[in-house]
Amino acid sequence: MKKQEKKVYPYIPNSVPEIKEQMLKEIGVQRIEDLYADIPENLRYKNKLNLPPPLSSEYALKRHMDAIFTKNKTCEEYISFLGGGCYNHQVPAICDEINQRSEFLTAYAGEPYEDHGRFQSLFEYESLMGELLDMDVVNVPTYDWSQAASTAIRMAERITGRKEILVSNIISPDRLMVIKNYCHPVVNVRMVKHCPETGKLDLDDFKSKLSKNTAGIYFENPSYLGFIEVQGQTIADMAHENGALSIVGVDPTSLGILTPPSQYGADIVCGDIQGLGIHMFFGGGLGGFIATHDDEKFVMEYPSRLFGITTTTVEGEYGFGDVAYERTSFAEREEGKEFVGTHSALCGVTAGVYLALMGPEGMQELGTSILQKSQYALKQISAIKGVKAPMFDSSHFKEFVVDFNKTGHKIKDINKALLEKGIFGGMDLSSEFPEFGYCALYCVTEVHTKKDIDHLRDSLTEILGEGGQE
Amino acid sequence: MSGRKTMENNSTFKLREKFHQAKWDEPIIFELHTPGEKGVLVPEVEQEIQEAVGDGISAIPENMRRKSNPALPEVSQMRVLKHFLRLSQHTLGADFNIDIGQGTCTMKYSPKINETFVRSPKAAAIHPCQDQDTVQGALEIIYKLDSFLQEISGMDKFTFQPGGGAAAILVMVSIIQKYQELRGEGQERDEIITTIFSHPSDAAVAAVKGYKVITLYPDDLGLPDIEALKKAVSEKTAGLLITNPEDTGIFNSKIQEFTKIVHDAGGLCGYDQANANGLLGITRAKEADFDMCFFNLHKSFSSPHGCGGPATGALGVCESLIDYMPIPLVDFDGNKYSLNHNLSHSIGKVRGFYGVFPAVLRAYAWVMSMGAEGLKEVAEVAVLNNNYVMKKIQELKGAAISYPKTQGRIEQVRYTWEKLTEDTGVSTEDITNRMVDFGFHLWSSHHPWVVPQPFTIEPTESYSKAELDEYLAGLEKTVREAYEDPDKVKNAPYQSVSHKIDHHPLDDPEKWAVTWRAYLKKQKKGE
Amino acid sequence: MGSHMAGLSEEAEKGGVNRALNRKKLGFLINPIAGMGGRVGLKGTDGREVLEKAIALGAQPWARERALEALKPLLRLKDEIELVTYPSPMGENVALNIGFSPKVIQADLREATTEKDTKRAAKAMLDEKVDLLLFAGGDGTARDICSAVGTSLVSLGIPAGVKIHSGVFASHPVRAGELAALFLQRSIQRTMEAEVMDVDEEELRREIVSARLYGYLKIPHVERFLQRTKTGSTGNEKYNQEAIAAEVVADMSDEFYYLVGPGTTTSAIMQKLGLDHSLLGVDLVWRNNLLGKDLNEEQILEKIIGKPTKLILTPIGGQGFLLGRGNQQISPEVINQIGKGNIIVVATKQKIHSLNSRPLLVDTGEDSLDKNLAGYYRITTGYREAIIYKVNSL
Repeated sequence: MKKQEKKVYPYIPNSVPEIKEQMLKEIGVQRIEDLYADIPENLRYKNKLNLPPPLSSEYALKRHMDAIFTKNKTCEEYISFLGGGCYNHQVPAICDEINQRSEFLTAYAGEPYEDHGRFQSLFEYESLMGELLDMDVVNVPTYDWSQAASTAIRMAERITGRKEILVSNIISPDRLMVIKNYCHPVVNVRMVKHCPETGKLDLDDFKSKLSKNTAGIYFENPSYLGFIEVQGQTIADMAHENGALSIVGVDPTSLGILTPPSQYGADIVCGDIQGLGIHMFFGGGLGGFIATHDDEKFVMEYPSRLFGITTTTVEGEYGFGDVAYERTSFAEREEGKEFVGTHSALCGVTAGVYLALMGPEGMQELGTSILQKSQYALKQISAIKGVKAPMFDSSHFKEFVVDFNKTGHKIKDINKALLEKGIFGGMDLSSEFPEFGYCALYCVTEVHTKKDIDHLRDSLTEILGEGGQE
Repeated sequence: MSGRKTMENNSTFKLREKFHQAKWDEPIIFELHTPGEKGVLVPEVEQEIQEAVGDGISAIPENMRRKSNPALPEVSQMRVLKHFLRLSQHTLGADFNIDIGQGTCTMKYSPKINETFVRSPKAAAIHPCQDQDTVQGALEIIYKLDSFLQEISGMDKFTFQPGGGAAAILVMVSIIQKYQELRGEGQERDEIITTIFSHPSDAAVAAVKGYKVITLYPDDLGLPDIEALKKAVSEKTAGLLITNPEDTGIFNSKIQEFTKIVHDAGGLCGYDQANANGLLGITRAKEADFDMCFFNLHKSFSSPHGCGGPATGALGVCESLIDYMPIPLVDFDGNKYSLNHNLSHSIGKVRGFYGVFPAVLRAYAWVMSMGAEGLKEVAEVAVLNNNYVMKKIQELKGAAISYPKTQGRIEQVRYTWEKLTEDTGVSTEDITNRMVDFGFHLWSSHHPWVVPQPFTIEPTESYSKAELDEYLAGLEKTVREAYEDPDKVKNAPYQSVSHKIDHHPLDDPEKWAVTWRAYLKKQKKGE
Repeated sequence: MGSHMAGLSEEAEKGGVNRALNRKKLGFLINPIAGMGGRVGLKGTDGREVLEKAIALGAQPWARERALEALKPLLRLKDEIELVTYPSPMGENVALNIGFSPKVIQADLREATTEKDTKRAAKAMLDEKVDLLLFAGGDGTARDICSAVGTSLVSLGIPAGVKIHSGVFASHPVRAGELAALFLQRSIQRTMEAEVMDVDEEELRREIVSARLYGYLKIPHVERFLQRTKTGSTGNEKYNQEAIAAEVVADMSDEFYYLVGPGTTTSAIMQKLGLDHSLLGVDLVWRNNLLGKDLNEEQILEKIIGKPTKLILTPIGGQGFLLGRGNQQISPEVINQIGKGNIIVVATKQKIHSLNSRPLLVDTGEDSLDKNLAGYYRITTGYREAIIYKVNSL
């Protein structure tokens, strides 16, 4: 056979012309074109796609990617105080070692017979999270915290048969957008005020809004702005007395030291596992969890997969599979189930590895370290003239609002100046919470050193000192 | 087709009859607990800090201090490593497999070079809220992949926020809803039309958003019945969500009539392009008059599936719907890339930040490595491979394609074992279990099983002819066994890490256990 | 698994065995004459004369072979279940033959068994409190069992008759055995009610098809083992029926009379309304009141003439007849009174998928009306869920 001048692609084995010929012959057609006979002419795209010329070799591609990458500055090169839902934590090498394994990285939908390990590791993830949360049922991860909160709310709606959810107004505006879109038009989202001094939920406002339509209350602890809500049990009691559920969003990195929501009456707990051994990836490392007690009424309302442990035909062998696979809504027949598909399973595997490495003491040390370092940072920052930190008179974990109003400096300007000093300053809250004025959300984790924090203090002092009032 | 080693058309393959999956008899991580061991250390808190603030916890109100440590296992580092490495060996990733048995999911090769990009701190250690000047590279990648997908689909703007196909469908339905609401017809138009062979999420997502779901069934050619569509549309129609080719692999040549019927009725049309791999550079959403479409970057664009995510459903819309998209979008002024939050009718958000950046990065790198001709080659070889496999499967006793009145198939085929089941009592599920013994994965199909005893094969462009032949040899051997020794197939698998599992406890609230703690409690209770 | 099994109780380790020790009872019955007519071109073997004719034509006992096939998958449970059967040709022979040690209920059987024997045997199985009655036969056999024990026993048919219109049969004898095994091992616990349909053989021989709905049997419910009914994660038929009822009731208007046809899916609507109703008959409802129960054609016409009426139908039987099988009281005249536009069709997805893409059928006895009724219908399949499906005339 005549050798054709045709490019052979390493990722496309059968791009070899001779093989193509053989296969076409087997099929009984002349040309590949014939296999597209069902696509009408007027739908055929006649032009060549206008794409950049290919970088066929790995080397050329790497050169190209490296060139683009130089335009990114990382949180390793700079000292970052950014949080707000995506966190800079230590990522143990073992986490990456495991999630880079081809077996896990490229697995998908195998049955427990091919993917016993996938089932077991996700079962273990659920189990480890269950200990951290002190709850007996945890799902295979959903997309992220926002989705987990949205689904938790829809679960509450189905369980209670009620169509209104109350949400603390100290919540990430982005997360609130996700929740609102997911609830519209079936569930009405109603905001509950906070106490301006402490940030805590305004119980009077909450009480006035609780009604026979209330499916539940959703609040976060630690909150989006870092303060700790101490009224968890009271909120849960009030909800329960009214036949509503308590849904709590929580940062799992806090749970080595903070009381888990299940111990102050939460019925559904949700949050994000990015902080558990997963890189930030420009916000792409998120993974959401949902947890409940082992109550059939709740379990049947999960849209997510729940991997469970069982036996096999061989005595003493563990088997795994989907728990209550044919889940149907227990409550009102009227309510549709949600959906499941490709979500964030590999984040779950990674978080499982992380928790196994950390152990109980590791999680406690992590929490303590974050507390101490963030308290140190608060102390340093609040010592700067005109700066109030924290803005809320409450205890905080990991994040806190720094109030620069008295300095007269916009956060944008402060952060530009900090950038010059090698620092990514705290998140500008001026568009999310315009009523706060010049405020920023600072995040301090176990990765920060005293030197980092002192450098921030010194830089801020310098910036605020030299810039005058506007 | 079977045998230890066979030469066929110059390509060599071997059916792995002596395959056995790794079996470490691995305990549960909790059973590795040794008090006092540690897997990793937390960065130290400097003495000065401790002196300045004390123990940290004292600042926390009493009722918010955890009373006892979580009962996590204590395991030293190497044991944790070994444990999870062993579990990885109990998992059959696509890299180990001739992964053509999971039709509709496009289990193609994910080039390793792209993983090195993902692992770069330049991708992994960037925060989404950094000053935009410090993430110009990341924004450029998003912007450029957006422009590539615009070219591939004919749409005018893409977002990568949805974390998977179902999330992309959620965006489509949300846009349809907002669009109809702004026209003042949100209340009246409360029906979404889809088809039984479109992805189940199309119907499920519409229901979440409060829609009544109207489902079309296929005609005897296997195409969604266009007469049924005419009956379905009305002043209540909000929109259509449809796949093409559907899970049957049949291209709906009347697709433009479909979109016209729905447009004429006042609805919008969303194209679920989860099955796009055979169409890259061949036909586009735009020419079929769709208002929106989405691609799964973890399918057609080579990002690995990662046990089921994180992933990306890249959603594109036509010019007139850009204002409805989730915020933010990435813009470029010729000099600088920036995030645009100002969309007048935006549905809001469906995920935190900007989506799964690693998937975007891989897809970008993959398109850059393939180019226009490469993408077309992907599509053509995927279709070639599929038709080759279809030819061979039709030669198997007891197997057939669904809707045989239509012969053409694009990138995948839904087949049926109906005849084999009737002949032998061996079901499609039994066959999937037996294929495990040769190192293969075979999946039945999405429910509902409109096609009886179904299985769906999607060979993609990634597997060589020899590998396709090997897989076919596995099927052929299984079929032979089904006829000669059906019990052998029914009792499979034999070479897997796990034997037949007992499903019963998984469905029994008294026995199911989603966590180890629940398992221990229920075991104790049962004593 | 050794030492790290510390967390497992001993009982759990022996769980499988324990379950088996709690011996389950399998009732096993053969209608030995079932299926004989088919091989020799008769439409069935209901009635002595026909049977004699069949034997004279050289018909061989076929049910025995089918029943034998069905027992094979149960053999592995031989020591874990107790098989209860009827003498000689009605089960004993086959059970012994394949290696069971059955408990045989004493009964006097004549050489040629009759429907009375089937009924008596079914009642005896009820007395024996069998966990499952596995029977080999056809529609006639199912009908006999239905009339004897109804839904008070869980039963399952081994398809061995000429006529298989009823939904109580597994697709294949082997599958019947497998399904029985799973049920006895409690791998399947769910049951569902399936239609018992039968065609009058006499009329069938005269080429008149008049299938009737005779009732329901309770059968084990694992969709993948029933004929083409796998539906997916909301695969609970009862749940779907309730969802359908919720949707239909939500749409009901005070303006209309509602004529509700037979079937379990339409029954769920009556249950949702809290009304007394007839499972196999036609009932009339207005403003949530029952105006008539189990009406015949004349009574229907008398009540609905001049009143705006909607007709709620569900397909009946394995062939998917919307009209003309099991609901003949809804005559052409009734339909003309109501009008095509006022027909509401409801069906579970399980039912639709069991049709394997075949259209629904109407056979009112009037060709022109059938042709007029043919076309595409919106069928309510759940709460806020509908499909568009084709209806054909014969």
